[in-house]
Amino acid sequence: MGDSQHLQGERGGASASRHRTDTTLRVNGKPHQLTLDHRRTLLDVVREDLGLYGAKKGCDHGQCGACTVLVDGRRVNSCLLLAVTLDGSEVTTVEGLTGEGPTGDGEQPHPLQQAFLDRDAFQCGYCTPGQICSAIGALAEAAAGHPSRVTDPRAPSGRAVPLDRDEIRERLSGNLCRCGAYPRIVDAVEDVIA
Amino acid sequence: MKAFDYVRATSVEEACAALAARPGARFLGGGTNLVDLMKLGVEQPVALVDVGRLPLDAVEELPDGSLRVGAMDRNSDLAAHPAVRDRYPALSQALLAGASGQLRNAATTGGNLLQRTRCPYFQDVSKPCNKRVPGSGCGARDGVHHDHAVLGTSDHCIATHPSDMAVALAALDAKVELYGPGGAREVAAAEFHRLPGDHPEQDTEIRPGELITGVVLPAATGGLPSLYRKARDRASYAFALASVAAMLQVTDGVVERAGIAFGALAHRPWRARVAEEALVGAAPTAAAFERAVDLELSAARPLRDNAYKVPLARSLALDVLTRLAEPART
Amino acid sequence: MVSTVVGAPVERREGLEKVTGSARYAAEHAPPRRVWAWPVPATVARGTVTAVDTAAAMEQPGVLTVLTHRNAPRLAEPDDATLAVLQNPRVPHRGWFVALVVAETLEDARAGAAAVQVSYEPEEHDVSLTMTHPGAYVPEEANGGYPAATEQGDPERAFASSAVQVDADYRVPPLHNHPMEPHASTAQWDGDRLLVHTSSQGSTAVQTVLAGLFRLPEDGVTVVAEHVGGGFGSKGTPRPDVVLAAMAARQTGRPVTLALPRRHMPAVVGHRAPTLHRVRLGAEPDGRLTSLIHEVTTHTSRIKEFTEQAAVPARTMYAAAHLRTVHRVAPLDVPSPSWMRAPGEAPGMYALESAMDELACALGMDPVELRIVNEPETEPHSGKPFSSRHLVECLREGARRFDWAHRAPRTAGPLRIGTGVAAAMYPVLVQPSTASAGACPDGTFLVRINATDIGTGSRTVLAQIAADALGVPLERVRTEVGRSDLPSASLAGGSSGTASWGWAVHEACTRLTARLATHTGPLPPDGLDAHADTAGQADADSPWARHAFGAHFAEVAVDTVTGEVRARRLLGVFAAGHILNARTARSQFVGGMTMGLGMALTEGSTMDAAFGDFTQSDLASYHVPAHADVPDIEVHWIDEDDPHLNPMGSKGIGEIGIVGTAAAIGNAVHHATGTRYRELPLTPDRVRRGAGF
Repeated sequence: MGDSQHLQGERGGASASRHRTDTTLRVNGKPHQLTLDHRRTLLDVVREDLGLYGAKKGCDHGQCGACTVLVDGRRVNSCLLLAVTLDGSEVTTVEGLTGEGPTGDGEQPHPLQQAFLDRDAFQCGYCTPGQICSAIGALAEAAAGHPSRVTDPRAPSGRAVPLDRDEIRERLSGNLCRCGAYPRIVDAVEDVIA
Repeated sequence: MKAFDYVRATSVEEACAALAARPGARFLGGGTNLVDLMKLGVEQPVALVDVGRLPLDAVEELPDGSLRVGAMDRNSDLAAHPAVRDRYPALSQALLAGASGQLRNAATTGGNLLQRTRCPYFQDVSKPCNKRVPGSGCGARDGVHHDHAVLGTSDHCIATHPSDMAVALAALDAKVELYGPGGAREVAAAEFHRLPGDHPEQDTEIRPGELITGVVLPAATGGLPSLYRKARDRASYAFALASVAAMLQVTDGVVERAGIAFGALAHRPWRARVAEEALVGAAPTAAAFERAVDLELSAARPLRDNAYKVPLARSLALDVLTRLAEPART
Repeated sequence: MVSTVVGAPVERREGLEKVTGSARYAAEHAPPRRVWAWPVPATVARGTVTAVDTAAAMEQPGVLTVLTHRNAPRLAEPDDATLAVLQNPRVPHRGWFVALVVAETLEDARAGAAAVQVSYEPEEHDVSLTMTHPGAYVPEEANGGYPAATEQGDPERAFASSAVQVDADYRVPPLHNHPMEPHASTAQWDGDRLLVHTSSQGSTAVQTVLAGLFRLPEDGVTVVAEHVGGGFGSKGTPRPDVVLAAMAARQTGRPVTLALPRRHMPAVVGHRAPTLHRVRLGAEPDGRLTSLIHEVTTHTSRIKEFTEQAAVPARTMYAAAHLRTVHRVAPLDVPSPSWMRAPGEAPGMYALESAMDELACALGMDPVELRIVNEPETEPHSGKPFSSRHLVECLREGARRFDWAHRAPRTAGPLRIGTGVAAAMYPVLVQPSTASAGACPDGTFLVRINATDIGTGSRTVLAQIAADALGVPLERVRTEVGRSDLPSASLAGGSSGTASWGWAVHEACTRLTARLATHTGPLPPDGLDAHADTAGQADADSPWARHAFGAHFAEVAVDTVTGEVRARRLLGVFAAGHILNARTARSQFVGGMTMGLGMALTEGSTMDAAFGDFTQSDLASYHVPAHADVPDIEVHWIDEDDPHLNPMGSKGIGEIGIVGTAAAIGNAVHHATGTRYRELPLTPDRVRRGAGF
């Protein structure tokens, strides 16, 4: 298999061809050409077509955040995005965050992944990839000057927003965790800001 | 979800033509509500016309001082836009009070306006709902209606409109730009959503085949003090139990202009014109605010389990109006 | 036992897999030719299926089959009636599965399910629980095998003649477990052998149940639950997903995955039943209780008797000479309730600890002191001595850390701020398990046990226990858990996992150490191993009353504009034997308290009287706490040296965190506002209505 693979987005499904479209996605840096059932969400593409099960299906309706990935650098709920609409987009899942180790001989966790380990910022682990992708997106948003509900309205527009614990909590509120790891997640995010 | 055709439009005209050519088709913006409803079987389009990449994502200051927001501008970008934050703070606050960071990154301005009620009976295709299936009945009226409307309801529907953003747009005298088979037109944001009446299946004044192309925030309300406040069951990532957007212009100790709208009380953002009329020309005192808000809310007709919304909305409105008046008084 | 690594804050062994996304959960095992199933829930609250029209569904592209009660494989009758899926046309409640569509893709399966037409003969239904429901009765046992009713002395008379009285009703609504991973199973058959990956708190039980239902020898069924995305009781026993997946795989000859849609879960995975409480406390002017009466009314389904044992904690907590506890249960046309984190204790202690706060107010007494005054010498109900009980120490230590002595309600702008306290308790439960320990020629040790890691860190803590029992460094111990072909073990439930599994692991390692001590020369190529079975030991009757205790302190702010209540500070101090892993234990305590915060402030479900289902069926309407709801949570523990527990000296910690949290928060809201609320959750509508602002 080369850099680019062509997959049938739905195996065996007998939908008419007008209900499928050829689509190219770059996922974690690799291009994939897929023939997609229009109904297929980005979440189901990365999980079932590409075998990237890091993005989780918690609710399938944008109500839990477990499916959070980055599309063109922005965090989104992949369960609500029809993959066919993303032709040409760059998708990053939790699997795409790890880097080469210093010796180039293995995967090195992203600093935020390491902070989650250091802080025990998870228990069952099911919301964890979404929390991590969401936090990475949130940090970029704050750096770009995006305010949140708890940002002081008098803060100047267009400048990076410093993130205290209340800011982190508000910005990550789209990621539910039933194990209740929230305070530890905030600790982990603070670690990578510091 | 049934299989459907998919077309990506590259211009507004092409989008409208594509929709017209496919009866039963729907426009797709950010998809955060439409895809959700398609999974539930509530929406069953035969085709989607993807308007998400139309060049309608700009926020431009127009020569007359108004601010034009493209329909495809994402909620997070709109909330962060310096002109919005500085000149229409209630709009930025309303956007940031809604949904989650992920949803705001996908949801569009136009789609936010067109999102549908979260009434549990509407969302469950196994239950009666006049909005989803006209004539099938309303499960909520005698059912679980804790979150439902207290103003402007009809025998057929007591649903609320779920948007936070739309409440701010209504208070700020924004206009909604539409384009369709009949050409381009504008509708006041406060009039864009309908009351349910005999046709709860129609959420808005949009005509068949029309596309929202943008929203215009007028120069007249730019820079006026405005606020949005929302009460909810969870500190974040929850729909409003009640909310209020208000702007207030006080000149020489007298209210010169007021814009007040309630969210989660009605089938549309509830522009409180009665309260506004009572306030204009009056001194911005606590007594004046109470009188005005009580006049407005006297029209409320709560049901068994949602009467709490009336005093809650009153409390929110008085809090916001008082805070808006403070700099003017001091 | 010489402790070296037990107690240390050791990092989770599977942590790297979880943060990098490589940990595989049940629906993420994709054998070749795997297909998808999607259930069809009943749309009547009670009745009979008269016809299932599958023609339109079968015409959908990709649909392979539609299972109904007419064509589904016949199962042996299960002990748990909720697993008798597609066996007959009866509909015991709305949301009961009446068909299952199997298709090539997820999208095809969902579309197929939407196309199935089911006709019913509906019947009148009743889903509304009241305290005086005519159908309510006192069952023989409440959940956990406790007697449903107990009485000592003459509680009514003692109450009537007591100097100070509290007589209050409390209501806890239905609650949903909602683990982040929905119930999911992937099933595949190889001839008459069944392999299942499922999301379960105990795959040994799943193996036993599936073998029974499909009439297979137990060793013909392998159940794997390697990573489990939470359960909180709802995955304690098999749920319909695993049975349906196995049926569908048998019928189609293809591996099948069934992951329950989130909205289907409230009806079929169990819920915490609503509880209606009446608590009566009679006390002397010095605070000493003379009478304690806790009466609970709850619901169950028509097909399964499950009685939330909410009055049981009152049998243990306080010294009251006259004591009555009783449960009544009304079978209704509702989904079957089941375990949710601390069933019984969580709602029961909300009521009892709220009533204690009311009593303290009535007496003008500090609520911490009131509890201390009523500390019993022996367990009030059984008369047994406590193996260890450090409730008073938890209260005192918590009060010190929280600066309780200086508590005073205060106002900050529109906010009213107050503090509250409540006690916590959870029984020590332990189950027999088996384990093996092996010494390998390469110098490592392998511990094998079908424990389950639902997020508690059981792999890690069992390795710690083994390392100490073997006297070897932790790095040399490997653990295998989460497969039914490992030595059988009990489930991760009742806060019993670590005690039960750890006991067996400790025993196996002790035996292995003895074997190694007598072994001379190099190890044979297969190594040496030892096996342990704690049956007869772990489940032996104890002459001791064994419970963990704790104390919660909460500070809340009530916004007088909105009625919104936010927790500002939570502190929990627990006494739960020896803590075996300080890192993962802290996470469990904090997690339990977070769920308790949800119970107090945000979580509540409504049974729709007309339709017979839970209105809050998704995660947008059922509000589990979000990040913004949860303040910094402080947790401490008092180490107990209790020789009457197990070789590790540990008590369970998975559930006690949720017990009492809601009462502490509710008591803080009373302190802040002066208004006593007796129904959860404390949402703005309720708070504003009660407080009159």
